[in-house]
Amino acid sequence: MFSSVINVRVQTEDFAVDRIYQQLLNQSPDCGAICVFVGKVRQFQLDDRGQNLQQTNALLLEHYPGMTERVLLQLADQAANRWPLQHIQLIHRTGLLGPNEQIVLVAVSSPHRADSFAATEFLMDQLKSQAPFWKKQHHLYPQQQQRQNQWLDSKPSDLTAARRWYSPEQLPLLLKATDARP
Amino acid sequence: MLKVVFFASLREELATRELQLRLHQPLTVAELKQQLALTSPLWLRQLCERQVLQAVNQQLVGLDHLLQQGDEVAFFPMVTGG
Repeated sequence: MFSSVINVRVQTEDFAVDRIYQQLLNQSPDCGAICVFVGKVRQFQLDDRGQNLQQTNALLLEHYPGMTERVLLQLADQAANRWPLQHIQLIHRTGLLGPNEQIVLVAVSSPHRADSFAATEFLMDQLKSQAPFWKKQHHLYPQQQQRQNQWLDSKPSDLTAARRWYSPEQLPLLLKATDARP
Repeated sequence: MLKVVFFASLREELATRELQLRLHQPLTVAELKQQLALTSPLWLRQLCERQVLQAVNQQLVGLDHLLQQGDEVAFFPMVTGG
C-alpha cells in the first residue's frame, strides 16, 4: 500500500474548495476517486417548536490549540491505516462564523471510490466527537441580543455515529468514557 | 508545578482560564478533580455534577491517570465541532 500524504490545518480564515480540489486532482495521479466534504453554518433553521424557519445565529468556535491539531493528525493516521488513501486534507475553522459560512473540510483521494466515501465519513464522524472544538451561539440581530449566548450541547446521535466504526475492544477512551455519567 | 486549563462553558462558568498548582505528592486526575471541587459549591457543581472530559499533555486520559511534575491538565465539556 502507498503511504498517504496528510495535511491538517486549524485556521480562522476561510478556505477555497476549488483550490484544494485542484491540488488533490494534480497530486493523485494513480487515484480514481476524490471525495470532498464541507460542513457549514446553516442560514435558516426551524424554531424551537419545529414550525417556522428563522435566521440562524452566528457561531463562535473555540478550540484547544495544540491538542486539536494532534487529534486531527491521529484521526487522519487512523484513516490512512484503514483505507488506501493517497491524500488526506483536513481544515477546521475557529473564531466567529456567520450564517452560511464554511466550518470544516475533509478531502481525500483513493484508487477506488468506496474507500474515499468511507474515509470521509469516518473522519467527519470522529472529528465531531473527538476533536476539542466547542460551538457557542452568537446572536446577530437586535431583537435577540437580550437573550444570552448559549454553548451548544453535544448530540447523542453524533456519538452513535462515531462508535459504529469501532469494535467494543477498540473503542477510543473518549467514546467509551461518555457512557459513564459522573 | 501543574498547569491546569479550562475550556468553553467550563472556563466561563468557573471564570478561570488557567491555574498553576504546586504538586506536593503523586496525584491522580480524579484526586485533583476532587481537590478542585472542594473550592466552592460552584466548582463542585461544574466539575462533578456534569459531564467533564480531561486531558493530560493534550492527550485524553482516564480519571486514574497519575500526574507528574510539569504536566498540563485540561478539563472541558463534551466537544461540539465539525
